[in-house]
Amino acid sequence: METETESQKPFQVDVGNLLAFNPFHNFPSLPTSRDELVKECLQEGTKLVQAVADSLFNLPSTEDVDGPLVKLPPPTTKLPREKHLPKPKPPTKWEEFAKKKGIQKRKKDKVVWDEQTGTWKRRFGYDRVNDDKDIPIIEAKMTDEPGVDPFAKRQDDKKKRVEKQEKNRLQNLKQAAKIGALPSHVQLAATALPITGTQAPPKKVTKDELGNVAGMAATSTASGGKFDRKLPGEKPAKKQGKHRRFLPVVEGSGIGSREKEQTENVLNKLISKHSHEILNVNKAVTMYNVKKEKRGRNRRNEEGKSSSATNKLKPKKQLQKKTGKKGPGSSKKGTAK
Amino acid sequence: MMKIKTPRNGRVRRELEKRAPKLVETGKKTLILQGTKTSGILNGVLSEIYHLKKGGAVRFTRKNDNIRPFESGGETSLEFFSLKTDCSIFVYGSHSKKRPNNLVIGRMYDHHVYDLVEVGVENFKSIESFTYDKKMAPRVGSKPFIAFVGEGFENVDELKHLKEVLLDLLRGEVVENINLAGLDRAYVCTAISSNKVYLTHCALRLKKSGTVVPRMELVEVGLSMDLVVRRHRLPNEGLRKEAMRTAKDQPKKKIKNVSSDAIEGTIGKIYIPDQKVGDVALPNKAKGVKRERREAKKKEANERASKKHKEESE
Repeated sequence: METETESQKPFQVDVGNLLAFNPFHNFPSLPTSRDELVKECLQEGTKLVQAVADSLFNLPSTEDVDGPLVKLPPPTTKLPREKHLPKPKPPTKWEEFAKKKGIQKRKKDKVVWDEQTGTWKRRFGYDRVNDDKDIPIIEAKMTDEPGVDPFAKRQDDKKKRVEKQEKNRLQNLKQAAKIGALPSHVQLAATALPITGTQAPPKKVTKDELGNVAGMAATSTASGGKFDRKLPGEKPAKKQGKHRRFLPVVEGSGIGSREKEQTENVLNKLISKHSHEILNVNKAVTMYNVKKEKRGRNRRNEEGKSSSATNKLKPKKQLQKKTGKKGPGSSKKGTAK
Repeated sequence: MMKIKTPRNGRVRRELEKRAPKLVETGKKTLILQGTKTSGILNGVLSEIYHLKKGGAVRFTRKNDNIRPFESGGETSLEFFSLKTDCSIFVYGSHSKKRPNNLVIGRMYDHHVYDLVEVGVENFKSIESFTYDKKMAPRVGSKPFIAFVGEGFENVDELKHLKEVLLDLLRGEVVENINLAGLDRAYVCTAISSNKVYLTHCALRLKKSGTVVPRMELVEVGLSMDLVVRRHRLPNEGLRKEAMRTAKDQPKKKIKNVSSDAIEGTIGKIYIPDQKVGDVALPNKAKGVKRERREAKKKEANERASKKHKEESE
């Protein structure tokens, strides 16, 4: 809806929402003070509200206790919905069948004439017509088996009918839920989880564990899992154990450089060219201690237990002295071996 | 294995039916909540918005640290709250150095995020800071007038979006009949620049004018603030189309006792209750009437009777 004002500039008025929009106003220069800005905004606002009120108060109104009541037109601005449009309920299986066959719905009365007592009784509920417990005698038919209780049979039949009806109702609701038209007060809940192998919940396996398992399975193959077909994205198996490097069979003329390096390393370790780097102090100490203890033990066994205390103390003292003289000591060991 | 669950209570059933999707929708409920850090100003803004929308708003006062509306995973909490409280608009306030006094106004479609607008609040003036005549104060829950001023709302994409969202937030319930005496508030939004909007809430004064339409006067009453648009996210096209769909043909409500005939046109049936002939008060009954009047009536009756006799005899 548009209304013309004196300034010949139409506003966009939506009476249903009590909304007015002036798309032609702009601030050529921002007013310096806040108060002026506020004042101008209020002025423009007043004009717009006046425009809405013009159309609003001219609508036909009815008198009410509190004041004039006006019927608003539907709003013209389109706003998005908050929930989806309700879908119509799909016809149930019985309704489809009835439509196909042309069966009409009949209105049923609340009370039915009961022949037995000669009164009007309700169709269902307390004290109803054709109740199972009101039947005194059931005549036996030729088709009846001898050991069957007819009263219990009637009750069983009724139970079965009720169960069947419940199952059909559930199927109809499931069908409605599939297309999203479940009635608002009904909820379908899953009562039991699907059946799995064991009762225990499945253990959560970590990525590393899975990798280990795959590796273990791979080693059981003849080639150690090297040529197994891998899934896309699967990384090659991590090698377990020590990394051994073997020299190439053919390399250069004479002794190859790599072999030379290898032998040099070994020799250096043996002859200890840079002995201060080579020595492993902790290892030397433990070896010495062990040797000493052995010697001490032998002597103890020969002499008796008297000198055990002094023997225990001695190696430690000598240890402190020995740290200075480690060089020749270690070389001796090297040659001995 | 499925089980059908229906409510045992009438109250619960009625609540569920209220939350079911309807053909024509009345107003949306608003959820107001905050993030890990809020400033004093932001607290004021949130509580005032709640106060203005008292009837249809829910306010959460605890801080929620896992809500990040603009990130893909940070909306799950919001959607859960929206589902539980049945709110389709939310106002989320947070304060950080990068985005001070931040408000994210968002809408939901089917309890999933539909669109978002992020605005910063500046120059906030609360309701208490205004002085006005208390008698004019607008009542809670009255339907407001909404006015948008400025070409920015038409040209700038972000402001257009903000206009739509503000309309949804401020409009209240959608009603068919409205009482003209109860109109007492108005919101005015002016686009000051291409990303700033000045929002103010005013009380209405209806002054006498010559015609039926009264003259409107706006008095600034409530909160007023500058909104600086920071970010916004529009809905994707498919979702927008689905949300904008309206029911094409609303089933016309059948008017009772009216039927139409090809020959005679519209026919209406009127049911008249049985006449209780014996209980109608007779005009000449003199019991409840004062003595003079009683005697006067008796006289009249006699005269009439005598007249009748005369006529009969004649």
